[in-house]
Amino acid sequence: MRRSSSKKKSGQSTESVTTDLFRSASSKASNKEMDRIDHLFNQYANKSSSLIDPEGIEELCSNLEVSHTDIRILMLAWKMKAEKQGYFTHEEWRRGLKALRADTINKLKKALPELEKEVRRPSNFADFYAYAFCYCLTEEKQKSIDIETICQLLEIVMGSTFRAQVDYFVEYLKIQNDYKVINMDQWMGLYRFCNEISFPDMGNYNPELAWPLILDNFVEWIQEKQA
Amino acid sequence: MAKKDSVLEAGWSVMEAGVAKLQKILEEVPDEPPFDPVQRMQLYTTVHNLCTQKPPNDYSQQIYDRYGGVYVDYNKQTVLPAIREKHGEYMLRELVKRWANQKILVRWLSHFFEYLDRFYTRRGSHPTLSAVGFISFRDLVYQELQSKAKDAVLALIHKEREGEQIDRALLKNVIDVYCGNGMGELVKYEEDFESFLLEDSASYYSRKASRWNQENSCPDYMIKAEESLRLEKERVTNYLHSTTEPKLVAKVQNELLVVVAKQLIENEHSGCRALLRDDKMDDLARMYRLYHPIPQGLDPVADLFKQHITVEGSALIKQATEAATDKAASTSGLKVQDQVLIRQLIDLHDKFMVYVDECFQKHSLFHKALKEAFEVFCNKTVAGVSSAEILATYCDNILKTGGGIEKLENEDLELTLEKVVKLLVYISDKDLFAEFFRKKQARRLLFDRNGNDYHERSLLTKFKELLGAQFTSKMEGMLTDMTLAKEHQTNFVEFLSVNKTKKLGMDFTVTVLTTGFWPSYKTTDLNLPIEMVNCVEAFKAYYGTKTNSRRLSWIYSLGTCQLAGKFDKKTIEIVVTTYQAAVLLLFNNTERLSYTEILEQLNLGHEDLARLLHSLSCLKYKILIKEPMSRNISNTDTFEFNSKFTDKMRRIRVPLPPMDERKKIVEDVDKDRRYAIDAALVRIMKSRKVLGHQQLVSECVEHLSKMFKPDIKMIKKRIEDLISRDYLERDTDNPNTFKYLA
Repeated sequence: MRRSSSKKKSGQSTESVTTDLFRSASSKASNKEMDRIDHLFNQYANKSSSLIDPEGIEELCSNLEVSHTDIRILMLAWKMKAEKQGYFTHEEWRRGLKALRADTINKLKKALPELEKEVRRPSNFADFYAYAFCYCLTEEKQKSIDIETICQLLEIVMGSTFRAQVDYFVEYLKIQNDYKVINMDQWMGLYRFCNEISFPDMGNYNPELAWPLILDNFVEWIQEKQA
Repeated sequence: MAKKDSVLEAGWSVMEAGVAKLQKILEEVPDEPPFDPVQRMQLYTTVHNLCTQKPPNDYSQQIYDRYGGVYVDYNKQTVLPAIREKHGEYMLRELVKRWANQKILVRWLSHFFEYLDRFYTRRGSHPTLSAVGFISFRDLVYQELQSKAKDAVLALIHKEREGEQIDRALLKNVIDVYCGNGMGELVKYEEDFESFLLEDSASYYSRKASRWNQENSCPDYMIKAEESLRLEKERVTNYLHSTTEPKLVAKVQNELLVVVAKQLIENEHSGCRALLRDDKMDDLARMYRLYHPIPQGLDPVADLFKQHITVEGSALIKQATEAATDKAASTSGLKVQDQVLIRQLIDLHDKFMVYVDECFQKHSLFHKALKEAFEVFCNKTVAGVSSAEILATYCDNILKTGGGIEKLENEDLELTLEKVVKLLVYISDKDLFAEFFRKKQARRLLFDRNGNDYHERSLLTKFKELLGAQFTSKMEGMLTDMTLAKEHQTNFVEFLSVNKTKKLGMDFTVTVLTTGFWPSYKTTDLNLPIEMVNCVEAFKAYYGTKTNSRRLSWIYSLGTCQLAGKFDKKTIEIVVTTYQAAVLLLFNNTERLSYTEILEQLNLGHEDLARLLHSLSCLKYKILIKEPMSRNISNTDTFEFNSKFTDKMRRIRVPLPPMDERKKIVEDVDKDRRYAIDAALVRIMKSRKVLGHQQLVSECVEHLSKMFKPDIKMIKKRIEDLISRDYLERDTDNPNTFKYLA
């Protein structure tokens, strides 16, 4: 009786052993990767909150040899789909680093140029641009961002690609009085503006179209300056 | 054979004789006797016999052919030579005579050969006998001579145009020749004559036009042009074919009016502008008459009309602005200017309406020009005051007792009110007008005891007709309130007499206003004098018996009081506002009060109190003595009852100058506009679901056009606001399109 049962068992176990071996090899590898990712997380995380907080991020940045206002950190946050500015949760960290296949600091540093290329692809950049705005919303029902923060954000996100527009726009934002905050619609409008309108002549700008009013005023202001 | 031929030849010689005789008659050979019935019968019978022979002796064809030959011979040998040897007018006469003869010839010969028509021509689809005759004339005679004839006719027409007398009957007959040779259609007339006539006329009038233009002023030119057109039309009636008239008129018009239109109408010295300037109504009417039938001919005239009105209207505005800024110091100066300006605008409108009616036959193009011109300057501001406000002030002035500077009565007043409404149509900020009007109407109804109810209602009816019930609903509500208030007052008095316990000690009237209809007034927590408190309580009690669901809120700023001022010399009745009365009554208990004491006792704000005290101590009637006697109120002042005050009148009104509400009114209207734009945008998007930006903006403007002209930037801002409030969203694929979010 026992024999038969044990025979059966062994028969089963041989099967499961092979599949287990197979599974465990890859899962072992991925487990190992995840372990390293977790280990990395713990290096930067705040022990009490189990989150990487702004301090941790600064350390991370210095280890990556990137300034914490560098756009690549924002891109990293985007890859992680991080929700709160200045914080990475364990889940988000795992998500991001797994996608980048980086489980050490070095690998992460090496992954950054690739990440930047990926984000800068036109199909992704609009999404990233919108994400950057949402990332800065700190309060629950908040829908707009104050001028000061917008200027900083613009510098980070668009400073390298649309230098002239950013400079002019930041100057304008600071001296105008109509708006104290910028909402998502205006933010996206600016993106379209940089991509579609030739600068600084702005010959193809038509204020009768549905451009946000702030951009109409911006264009008027520049044209007055140029006159 | 010979026998058969001989039948034919015998028969034919009879016919030949008949033809010869006929021709002799036509040639007017003297003493040729006319045909008698026997001869005619014989000719007819001959043909008949020849054609009823048994085949192959049926000579129908030969007879037919020889019949045709008769014409050919006659035309070649007799007719043509006769005409050829003549020229000009004589040639025309000959042609006319020959044509008349031809008709006779054809008629007679057709009679003789009639039998052919019965069977032969029909059976073989040959041209009828008369056709043969006329075709022959056309091909041989007409064809050769039509061009010369045309030249001769045109020469005669030219003579007539230059003023000479010509033989019109002759021309009529010649024209008949052309018409007749078209075989039932006007083709020949049109091709061989009319087209040349038109060309000739065109060049004739082209030359005339340039000469007249050089030598004549615009009015004189127009007179000449009008006369020419008349003469040409006469010409057609006299001798041309009626179908020529429109074509000829068009050509002449083209040369005389269209080609020179620009020079003529825009002539600096005597053109349209000058005519308008000098009120030359007859000349302008002529210009209208001349250019009316020409497509788009009136456009430049209407345009100049519009420009002229705009210039005159703008000048009035400028005048008013200058006068206002000159008298900047005196506010009453501006008020007078307002009334003067509106009256001037009304008069201007009347003047040009007469033009539209009389000179321009009420044509829509000119109505439009007038409207657009007025819309330009009726929306200009005068020294910072909007036209909406000026018009509202004007209405206020003529409706209140005293009637402003014009002092209109009844019929005149009614008429003026109608004209005022007409002007209102041109003002785009109608909502602003409504607000100013309502504020002033409120003051009129509450303070002006002898108000003109009939005219107030009449004006509102006019507004309603033009701008809809929504425009006037609040104003009408105010009028109704006044009527109801009287009822309440009667009931209140009854209530008091029934409840004898409540003795008021003064005459007390309350006017109950329905909140929605009246402008909004701020309320204060004024500490009323105790005498008044009793009255207020009494009314509250009464009102409580009437209704439970309403709440009363007391607006003391709208009340008036009559106080008995017991001055040393004599008692004078003082009419003041409730607030002023509250201040004065404090002095029943003390001789002297400081600013702060008054402030505390009455529980008022500084701004209000300063105004009140100023009106009682620094203006014409100094009921209170202010220490120190400076021009302005300061919070360290003290006040004393001026027992030495007196005036020759027994009753005086101490006015409280109203605060400048202009800014607040404009702000209120702006706020209302924002809501109106929001509502319009939501309404449009709700029904369209998806709409492009430009269309949304233009529909929104149209929706609101009845009340005001929305600023495009404001619309854009409201759209953005609606997006952030999640009413709309931008389409992700097309950023120029919006989608409604339910």
